[in-house]
Amino acid sequence: MRNHYLYTCAALLSLYLVFHSCQHEQAIRTAQYAVNGQKLYVANCQNCHGTKGEGLGGLYPPLTDSLFLNTHREQLACMVKNGLSGPIEVNGQVFDTEMPANPALAPIEIAYLLTYIGNSFGNTMGIFSLEEIQAALAACEADNR
Amino acid sequence: MRIAPLVGACLLGLMAGCKQKSHNSLPILGHREPVTKVIDGNTVTDTLYHSIPDFQLLNQDSVLIDNHTFDNGVYIANFFFTHCPSICPIMQRNLLKVYEKYKGDERVRFLSHSIDFRHDSPAVLKTYAEKLGVTNDQWQFVTGSKADIYNLSDSYMVYTKEDSSAPGGYDHSGHFLLVDQDKHIRGAYDGTDDTQIQLLFDDLEILLKEYE
Repeated sequence: MRNHYLYTCAALLSLYLVFHSCQHEQAIRTAQYAVNGQKLYVANCQNCHGTKGEGLGGLYPPLTDSLFLNTHREQLACMVKNGLSGPIEVNGQVFDTEMPANPALAPIEIAYLLTYIGNSFGNTMGIFSLEEIQAALAACEADNR
Repeated sequence: MRIAPLVGACLLGLMAGCKQKSHNSLPILGHREPVTKVIDGNTVTDTLYHSIPDFQLLNQDSVLIDNHTFDNGVYIANFFFTHCPSICPIMQRNLLKVYEKYKGDERVRFLSHSIDFRHDSPAVLKTYAEKLGVTNDQWQFVTGSKADIYNLSDSYMVYTKEDSSAPGGYDHSGHFLLVDQDKHIRGAYDGTDDTQIQLLFDDLEILLKEYE
């Protein structure tokens, strides 16, 4: 009976450890993606969207509107890759400046970039995995056909 | 021991000297040449400084403006284009900070030349200015013929070139030029560099003091 109790405890503890280390691994991976993404952000996005994602007046939208980012999570990869034209509403303000496409960015780079943006400037979106980006890009390519 | 106050005094003097110098005045930039004239029978040598030539350009309200628009004050000039993806957003973000500080102060004006003479019509410039947050005529956005704009950029000592390999199709330097009431260039600042922008803020105050 006592042994039985001990085994259960050990099993629970090992389960907890596995779970904990997974979580830990995920956090490390998110941080790695974000670090890589920061460099890409400086090179590709910062000129217009600013060092703090603040945007610029009515020209370039800020990247601080978590509601917009969360409700458009599936479209973000294609926005980065293909650019954007036509009006969008961010932070209660309408923006209508053409965003240039970034055709040279690889899917993994888009994953890095969005993980950085999605976990900076007050956003908490978690990691954008390569699989998620590939699926999102495939979906918008199918839409465009 | 007796020498210490002396050294101290010398140091103080030096510091005061340095301080004085930095508050004195700004240099006049660009080419200069001596001109010799005969006035009342005496030969006088004077210096001819580089200055911005007269110009006439179309602004964001489709109004022709010229050099006299900037007569009773100093102005800051730069070269950009509205759909420039590289340095222009940084430049305009920084120039906007200066504009916001001096908004309503008619002693300071702003002049942004578009180097994209094909796309940046007055209407495009107007929309851009409004979106940027420019709400009065203190900041002029102008367009002109390619020859007009590109020749002017030479006078402002700014490099501009149509270049299909550059992002957006044009290559140019992102400098701000501080121009005084006599159309002399008194300072040049990298519009993408925060420390240079701070220098511009400081120099602008020094220049404005000249006219008090």
